[in-house]
Amino acid sequence: MKRTITILLENRFGAFDRVATMFSGKGFNISSISIGETEIADISRMTIVTEGDDKIMDQIVKQLNRLIDTVKVADLSETNHIERELALVTVHYQKGSMEEIKNICDIFRGNIVDINNKTMMIEITGPPEKINAAVNVLMPFGIKEMARSGTVALKRGEQLTEAKKEYVQTN
Amino acid sequence: MSLAKSKLTGAEIFFECLKKENVDVIFGYPGGAVLKIYEKLYDIDWLKHVLVRHEQGATHAAEGYAKATGKVGVVLVTSGPGATNTVTGIADAYMDSVPLVVFTGQVPSHLIGNDAFQEADIVGITRPITKHNFLVRDINELAATIKKAFFIASTGRPGPVLVDLPKDVINSSCEFIYPEEVDIRGYKPTYRGHYNQIKKAAEVISKAKRPLFYVGGGVIMSNGANELRTLAKENNIPVTMTLQGLGSYPMTDDLSLGMLGMHGTFWANQAVNHCDVLVSFGARFDDRVTGKVETFASKAYKIHVDIDPTAIDKNVVVDLPIVGDVKHIMAEIATEIAQPPDTSEWHAQINKWKQECPLSTGDGSKKLKTEFILEKISKKTNGNAVIITDVGQHQMWTAQHYKFNNPRSNITSGGLGTMGFSLPAAIGASFGVKDRPIISINGDGGFQMNIQELITAKYYSVPVKFIIINNSFLGMVRQWQELFHQEKYSFTDLSESNPDFVKVAEAFGIEAHSTDKPSEVDSILDHALAINDRPVLVEFKVIKEDMVFPMVPAGASISDMLIKRLNPNRMI
Repeated sequence: MKRTITILLENRFGAFDRVATMFSGKGFNISSISIGETEIADISRMTIVTEGDDKIMDQIVKQLNRLIDTVKVADLSETNHIERELALVTVHYQKGSMEEIKNICDIFRGNIVDINNKTMMIEITGPPEKINAAVNVLMPFGIKEMARSGTVALKRGEQLTEAKKEYVQTN
Repeated sequence: MSLAKSKLTGAEIFFECLKKENVDVIFGYPGGAVLKIYEKLYDIDWLKHVLVRHEQGATHAAEGYAKATGKVGVVLVTSGPGATNTVTGIADAYMDSVPLVVFTGQVPSHLIGNDAFQEADIVGITRPITKHNFLVRDINELAATIKKAFFIASTGRPGPVLVDLPKDVINSSCEFIYPEEVDIRGYKPTYRGHYNQIKKAAEVISKAKRPLFYVGGGVIMSNGANELRTLAKENNIPVTMTLQGLGSYPMTDDLSLGMLGMHGTFWANQAVNHCDVLVSFGARFDDRVTGKVETFASKAYKIHVDIDPTAIDKNVVVDLPIVGDVKHIMAEIATEIAQPPDTSEWHAQINKWKQECPLSTGDGSKKLKTEFILEKISKKTNGNAVIITDVGQHQMWTAQHYKFNNPRSNITSGGLGTMGFSLPAAIGASFGVKDRPIISINGDGGFQMNIQELITAKYYSVPVKFIIINNSFLGMVRQWQELFHQEKYSFTDLSESNPDFVKVAEAFGIEAHSTDKPSEVDSILDHALAINDRPVLVEFKVIKEDMVFPMVPAGASISDMLIKRLNPNRMI
């Protein structure tokens, strides 16, 4: 089962490597990994998408917590959260297919960010499933190159109480 | 007069920090990147520096010191090969949770990454085998980093920490401020156990019919031997120990079942199979203990007390986990138990198992057997010596036959299984323990892996008794070859290639004796045990093809225990 883990990490020399080393050393999978700054100057946020049963997930979270450089670790899979990914896809086009690709790009609310006489580069953001769908549709045109950022994720701000849920549903 | 506070060099700060941490002995070897530190050390008289002959020896010596004393073992070596030579010892300390701080020199900051002379990325290399490691990049961070290193190594589940010191950092200077407190936001070990869990544990224990304590090195590390004794005695609950747990409970006591697991006693393993409540204190359900995990204590309600949350549910899923310091939790459980369980039937059953399959003592054999020697050593020292074993058959026989009485008296490489551990570790232990005999027990194979440290033993006149159990074989590997590899004794027969150990010892200036006769064991041991101002070496030439039993084959269920040779024709 796919799981999304978010980690607040000391923004320190070697900290990223400690996390990666733990995963490889213990034989855990990483489907995607992304890291960037946060609102706190010396803390980075890392998002890791991984796979495993409950026992493996339990170990992954515990082993991450055991690292000295991890400040907070959470498995977001069980909580209400938002996931986003960014992809840049360079596709081949011909005169006849240009419009079609532009349409697809519009449907996925992507942007064409570069073009030359043979290829165009499309930028798409969204949940990973949306990126997968877009990539599948673009595949027949011939994808020359592709870069995906990996998932970033955050827990939703406010968890609705039962009373609020009812209110939202009835209105 | 200047208003600025006086500045200290990196080397001076280094020693000021060691002083603040009450370090009185370090194990090391000089080299280019740490010359400035050694220059300063030349004028320091409050610190004992033990010069080893190989950096691996330094790390094992520091481990021996740490395990014998409970203090942090400190190592100082140079960059590149000096640093990489420490790797085995660091990995060993990591597996067995030994608190070490290893200082490595590093090439000057501006040369890092340049393939400079004697450069190795030791922080990268040791990342998976240290609890944490640091590269000090700024002299202003040196003191705080060393403080953190000692704090991390010695708190929570202990472990090795490496601090890499670039030459330019050591050579520069700044004001010395040693922080009083350490606050690492990503590192807050849990010491207090959850009260409701503790209460639940007490309830379960008090209702048990066949309770069993399965205790590991964590009891010794947390200095919890007394609490364990109280808890077991008050409730009349039998105790079985892991290899690292030996010494946490007196083996001569009726409640002790000795070691469990692959080479554990028959009755300890039977007790595991039949218990209805298994309480693990500071042990980690290692594969050498559990055998096939599905069948390990399958009938029991399992309670697991450990300071390291990752140990919980890692190998065996338990019913009741308690994370925290085992010493305190044992004391709290003892207080919470209102009514001790009725265990009389259970003890009767265990006693039957004890009669059914006792350990062989090697008595009456015409040829010298290892068990015979170890029984003698155990009796002559009343189980009060500090025993440092190497890895292999002699290690398992020691675990079975030496009746450890006290914590911190069993020093052995358990997790990593590092041959060559005993000789340097015994030297290290001897710098920490002065009031008990120190006995290093080795096989003929492992003894040669750090044999260079004999000169360290001689030079510092350490009162270590080096025992070599020489069967002219890599005995444990041979045992597996006989049992599981079609008796193909591939490269395990050392009879043609072993050195003359007596001559070797004498070349190092160490008195040595050798015998293959059971009748001479007493006199040689008495003589060796009487020597207390210098090392002495004793070689016992034992039966070549002896095997350690009982044995649970790797991955088998512990009920499928071999209690004697499979092929009776090979019986000796």
